[in-house]
Amino acid sequence: MEALIASEIAPEPRQLSVVYNRADRIFRRIVTSGALTSLVLLGLIGVFLFVKSAQIFNDRGLSFITGSNWTAGSGDGVILDDFSIGPMLTGTILVSVIALIIAMPLAIGGALYIEFYAASRLRKLLSTLLDLAAAIPSLIFGLWGVVLFTSFGERWSILLNSRLGWVPFIKVQAEVFGRSPFVAGCVLASLITPIITSVSREVFSRTPRDLIDTCYALGSSRWGAIRTVVLPFGRSGVIGGAMLGLGRALGETVAVYLLLNIVFRYNFRILESEGGNIASLIALKFGEATEYELKALVAAGFVLFLLTLVVNMFAATIVEKSTRRK
Amino acid sequence: MSTFVIEPQSQPVAPQPTTPWKPTRKTKFAGAFLIAVVAIASFAIVLLTGLAGIDGFGLTFLVVFFGATAVRTKRLNPKVRKDAMVGVAICAAAVLAFFPWMSIFVSVVVKGAKGLQPNFLIENMQLTTPDDELNMGGAAHAIIGSLMMVAIAAAITLPLGILSGVYLTEIRGRLTFLVRFVVQSMSGVPSIVAGLFIYTTFVNYTNSFSGMAGSLALAVLMLPTVARTAEEVMKLVPDDLRSASYALGARQWRTSLMVILPTVRSGLTTAGILGIARVIGETAPLLLTSLSNNSYVFNPMGGPIGSLPTYVFGLLQIGTENSINRAWTGSLVLMLLVMVLFLTARYFGGKDNR
Amino acid sequence: METLKQGEIKVVQDTQTSVTTVSASQTTATAVRGLETKNVHAWFGKHHVLSDVSLQFPERTVTGLIGPSGCGKSTFIRLLNRMHEFIPSAAMAGQVLQDGQDIYAPDVDAAAIRLKIGMVFQKPNPFPAMNIRENVLSGIKLAHLKVADHDAIVESCLTRAGLWKEVKDRLTATGGSLSGGQQQRLCIARSLAVEPSVLLMDEPCSALDPGSTLRIEETIKELAEKIAVVIVTHNMQQAARVSDFCAFFLTDGGPGYLVEADATKKLFTNPSDTRTADYVQGKFG
Repeated sequence: MEALIASEIAPEPRQLSVVYNRADRIFRRIVTSGALTSLVLLGLIGVFLFVKSAQIFNDRGLSFITGSNWTAGSGDGVILDDFSIGPMLTGTILVSVIALIIAMPLAIGGALYIEFYAASRLRKLLSTLLDLAAAIPSLIFGLWGVVLFTSFGERWSILLNSRLGWVPFIKVQAEVFGRSPFVAGCVLASLITPIITSVSREVFSRTPRDLIDTCYALGSSRWGAIRTVVLPFGRSGVIGGAMLGLGRALGETVAVYLLLNIVFRYNFRILESEGGNIASLIALKFGEATEYELKALVAAGFVLFLLTLVVNMFAATIVEKSTRRK
Repeated sequence: MSTFVIEPQSQPVAPQPTTPWKPTRKTKFAGAFLIAVVAIASFAIVLLTGLAGIDGFGLTFLVVFFGATAVRTKRLNPKVRKDAMVGVAICAAAVLAFFPWMSIFVSVVVKGAKGLQPNFLIENMQLTTPDDELNMGGAAHAIIGSLMMVAIAAAITLPLGILSGVYLTEIRGRLTFLVRFVVQSMSGVPSIVAGLFIYTTFVNYTNSFSGMAGSLALAVLMLPTVARTAEEVMKLVPDDLRSASYALGARQWRTSLMVILPTVRSGLTTAGILGIARVIGETAPLLLTSLSNNSYVFNPMGGPIGSLPTYVFGLLQIGTENSINRAWTGSLVLMLLVMVLFLTARYFGGKDNR
Repeated sequence: METLKQGEIKVVQDTQTSVTTVSASQTTATAVRGLETKNVHAWFGKHHVLSDVSLQFPERTVTGLIGPSGCGKSTFIRLLNRMHEFIPSAAMAGQVLQDGQDIYAPDVDAAAIRLKIGMVFQKPNPFPAMNIRENVLSGIKLAHLKVADHDAIVESCLTRAGLWKEVKDRLTATGGSLSGGQQQRLCIARSLAVEPSVLLMDEPCSALDPGSTLRIEETIKELAEKIAVVIVTHNMQQAARVSDFCAFFLTDGGPGYLVEADATKKLFTNPSDTRTADYVQGKFG
């Protein structure tokens, strides 16, 4: 008898199919329509923004982003509509970057303090305070900023200007301090620090305990262990947190609206009392906007949306990479 | 060599636990003394050099403390010295980070309490101007408006968000990638853009600002958060539970409704509450959709409606002493609402694990 | 009973009469070289986990700590290099003397102690952000020690750990590229770089295959020519192979305690306590 040879061709896998009974089909239909509705509703926004702003981009092309005028036409052809967001776009980025630069050392230091320096009861208290701080509406930051912080901001601006006034982006043209990108940036920094601190602390707490123990077993000090193990381990998580904070700062409306003198002019001097961001531009202009101006505002919103989208996607991939690795 | 037997009594029967590594009272006292000395020195320096205010004092304190630490550790080895200096820097960063938030908490409570009289919660602003004394008028209309809009937004978002979560974890149909991608992208929509979207569609179409428009704008902001949290919470349910249910012959709808959802009930509640807590303080979208109002409005389609954020915003812009006080009180009520929601979410959030 | 070395203190609990016998040699004036514990207890909060252990670990010996799980061996070994105190609710009593000085005295720098009393953990854990060379030198960098010739240290430590030949051509590779046994030897080399006089090892081979285990046991025997080694192990045969002295721990559900401590040969062939005999014969554990 011939030896049984294992068949050279493996058998084809069977095509399995599932047939749902009526109850299940109804269930699946309801759930799917729910998800579909969410998808449509949210996707519609992106589509809508794009479509509504298409005309503007068609008319103006790239100069919508690079130009520096926002003039509503007088309707009778004497003054033409001329909309572009250049200064507001740079203003958005300027204020957010200032906020991030101030926030990062505070957030990392705060996270390290809570996780490695605070006694356990203090740690619990600080955690709760941190969560509550993250929940403070930005309007209240604006209120506090206008009423209580501006005087401090003014004082520091005067000091900075007198000591470092020779640096190009610090010197000012008008000696009026108090509603500058710097002041707005300081308040924004306080606004975004809670989320960066939370994310950083979360990733620091996931540092493998035995790596930290090994440092101590080698006779290291607390800072030595943090520097050697915790910071390298937490680097991507911290960056992810920073991107989340940046995304929040880019889209901030009321705090900037209240704290910054909105002037339609390119301004890179951080102590100069003029600036603006796209979000506050929309809030300012929507009330009396003509049909065409409204489209320009939508286009501006679309640009802002793309900007925050890129930053948030970047943040999400970094945070996911860091959580998956551990 | 001598051998001796120790009577049981001459050795302590139960030695007491000690912690010789913890800072002794002497060290703690020395530490407190150092802080006091530095504080006094800083105060003196501030008086002499005319540095102003609490920021001047804080900066001087930090510099003097750094200097004192450097001097104190001069003779110790560099590792210990660096550790001490970095320790001071990290503490300073933590204080600087928390100080503004504590300042906000304290100012909201202290400045807001002045106006928190019964009329604030009962009356509206129909008959009072923002500059009137604090015992006139109130924010009842704003509170009701906010609660109403948030309730409608939640009524729309919670079912949709939970259904999306169920779809992504249980059904996993062909739309999964798309749904997840869109939810993820939309969670970063700036609040003003959400407001602008509703303004150019719903408000335009119905030709009026309304509470419904406000609710829709808030719903746009809430939906991604709720959907994502719902998905995360449901992903945590171990597959064994589903396998056990299917192995018993249960159909999918039974498994989802009677096995999975009850398990994650507290998690979903938390998701909902956190979503609400996030949008109840949003101002920008409401400025474009529901505007504001001085009297009671109970009809979501009845024109502009007041809300706590727009109430505070409007008062802030007027800028007189009484209106700013009202703004603080409005902020206090808003913060209290957010805190209550938060603590409720915390309470529910822990229950799943028991 | 064996002759006590000079300055040695031995505690044995007599099970029949439940009398604690403390034997001490006459002259205890000279400081003992090496590590020594006197009446050491440990707690986690109110929970008493280790009771009254007095042992000695002279230079150039290998001491094995054996006994079933949960007897407090790991807690005890962490008391020896002041790692126990990192657990928030930890407490202790008694003395741990290194060359006659109590390491828990109020002004003692714990980090400096850990330079002299090193530790290797159960799971090999080279620093992931560093390559092999940097790993070996990490202890020196963390302690801010001034060392003239880094390369010489790297070579000598890796050689003592039995790893030099295998990695000398790839010192810039990451620690993760090594096998489990090699990683553990890297950890040993890392601990040796700061020149400890005692090396504590908490079940160093339990995560490794038999081949790596044997090689590490050879390394331990070589190391014991210069320093003292204390090794916690679940593997009795390993204790028999590697150690000069052994201490047997046990628990009755309460705190862990020392049943018997003696030269390994004696403990395994003719122990004084029946429980020791039962354990080494595998009747329980």
